[in-house]
Amino acid sequence: MGELKLMKGNEALAEAAIRYGADAYFGYPITPQSEVIEYLSEQNPYERTGMVVLQAESELAAINMVYGAGASGKRVMTSSSSPGVCLKQEGLAYIAGAEIPCVFADVVRGGPGLGTIQPSQADYFQNTKGGGNGDYRNLVLAPASVQEMCDFVALGFDLAFKYRMAACILSDGAIGQMMEKVVLPDQKPRMSDEEIKAKYPWAINGRKNGTQHRIITSLDLDSAKMEEHNIHLQKKYKEIEENEVRYEMINCDDAEYVFVAYGSSARIAQKSVQLGREAGLKVGLLRPITLWPYPTKAIDALIKKGVKGFLSVELSCGQMIEDVRLACNGRVKAEHFGRVGGIIHTPEEVLEAMKKQIIGE
Amino acid sequence: MTVEDIIKPENLVYQKSKLLTNKPFHYCPGCGHGTVHRIIAEVLEELGVGDKTIGVSPVGCAVMAYDYFDVDFAEAAHGRAPAVATGIKRVWPDKVVFSYQGDGDLAAIGTCETIHTCNRGENITMIFVNNGIYGMTGGQMAPTTLEGMKTATTPYGRKATLPAGAGFDGIPNNGYPLHITELIARLPGTKYVTRQAVYDPAHVRNAKKAIRKAFENQINGKSGVNFVEIVSNCNSNWKMEPVAANKWLVENMLPEYPLGDIKVDGKLVEK
Repeated sequence: MGELKLMKGNEALAEAAIRYGADAYFGYPITPQSEVIEYLSEQNPYERTGMVVLQAESELAAINMVYGAGASGKRVMTSSSSPGVCLKQEGLAYIAGAEIPCVFADVVRGGPGLGTIQPSQADYFQNTKGGGNGDYRNLVLAPASVQEMCDFVALGFDLAFKYRMAACILSDGAIGQMMEKVVLPDQKPRMSDEEIKAKYPWAINGRKNGTQHRIITSLDLDSAKMEEHNIHLQKKYKEIEENEVRYEMINCDDAEYVFVAYGSSARIAQKSVQLGREAGLKVGLLRPITLWPYPTKAIDALIKKGVKGFLSVELSCGQMIEDVRLACNGRVKAEHFGRVGGIIHTPEEVLEAMKKQIIGE
Repeated sequence: MTVEDIIKPENLVYQKSKLLTNKPFHYCPGCGHGTVHRIIAEVLEELGVGDKTIGVSPVGCAVMAYDYFDVDFAEAAHGRAPAVATGIKRVWPDKVVFSYQGDGDLAAIGTCETIHTCNRGENITMIFVNNGIYGMTGGQMAPTTLEGMKTATTPYGRKATLPAGAGFDGIPNNGYPLHITELIARLPGTKYVTRQAVYDPAHVRNAKKAIRKAFENQINGKSGVNFVEIVSNCNSNWKMEPVAANKWLVENMLPEYPLGDIKVDGKLVEK
């Protein structure tokens, strides 16, 4: 049993990185996630574990520091919020192309543009559909609690290194700012340079006794080779879609109508399920934990079990609803309900939306 | 003397550095990149650091430098090489890390990364090849393009003319040639800043000495950026034969970008 603490989501994320044995964090302040770099700077993990913390001159520089350090086989993390994540997209496309493992967190705020500093889930497209150029994917994990902000750091690093790609922890201003109790994992040691060299032969950290040099690049001017590389990436993504889907089902066993919601929205929809059940409605909640890969098969299974309709509850104008509808493929009704601009929906209005838009009275 | 005699090991006076691969350079005949690559490889070999060196290549003509150097290499996004090099050096402080960039990469799109990497005093070596033009994309204006110089995007010559009155008076203004090297030399984070050239053997020797110092400083742990600008040519996009391009370089580039050390051991050189 680890240490029990009361922490902000952003602080839990930072502490989890230290305890996982991360080698470096490169970041740039932006509300509502500045506590990540503040906490790390205050903790001075270089003294605790040898972990490097550096405030970069921009999100662009930070993600490219991640690119360099990640390419050398180290465990590296960055974090930002929506407009800052836009700036990181260049680096994320290069990271995908060059197959560099890393973890980045997006503590989402309202947009578009400078938007607002209040919570939002309108970065779903930005993180699940790409954002940068080319055919690529990032693993996307959606924490719904401070505990998951902590736990998904380790999960993110494990998956990032397993598949050599970026793992995104997609939360929002509410999860990042709120305080909850969290059970922290025990401190893991950082990997030694020798362990890194042995475990990650692809990493650029100096040739071994004059053997063949290693190259980290996303470039190949030979079209045939570039097509081959893209096919390789797609094969990897397919494997992830088969093996890494994660979700939670609440009251879905006998449900006729199901809320689909992640992160903050899932916490609210969970209350809506309770209110609905109290009113005699057979409602349940599907909470995707991985937003890519998406739990398409879980929706399919629910339809086959007799679910008659889905309501996608999001702090956006309707982004995840597209994936819900793709999974439904026209077989049952799927609609969206959301509040935006930093306003968070109430459990009552979410239940009302289910009644009006899906159940129909 | 027969060919057999010539190739005997005891008659060998000069050979390709072991830290260059056998891949033929894609650079245009007459371009300075090949020479700069060669002297960097020679220096790294002489210093015996081939196994502990990590290079970072730019976007531009030298994008595939990783194919030619037989050391570990990362290819960076346009302008981001100093940030990538920072990331590597911070987590592998005992390795020898260098970035290799052109003028568009280092002094236009990457100016922010250049200045802040220099300002933080990262203990890395930065090689900056300045030929006053964008080579890879086909000869457009670079931040270092000379006033009056014709490029694909300044077909009537670069004009650096400030508007005369309060408003814009219709005169095209492309800005002035950017002296990024003098700029970063003013920052306390730079240790050694020098400008060299490789258009003739004497200058190749000087440039090699400078590059050696830039790497020795890093290896000896003298904290701070070691920055070597090489004023080079782009005979293809300057639309000149190689010999004419080198003559033009001496007559036009060097008056704007004079050669020599600008900062040594953290102290600006008095002129």
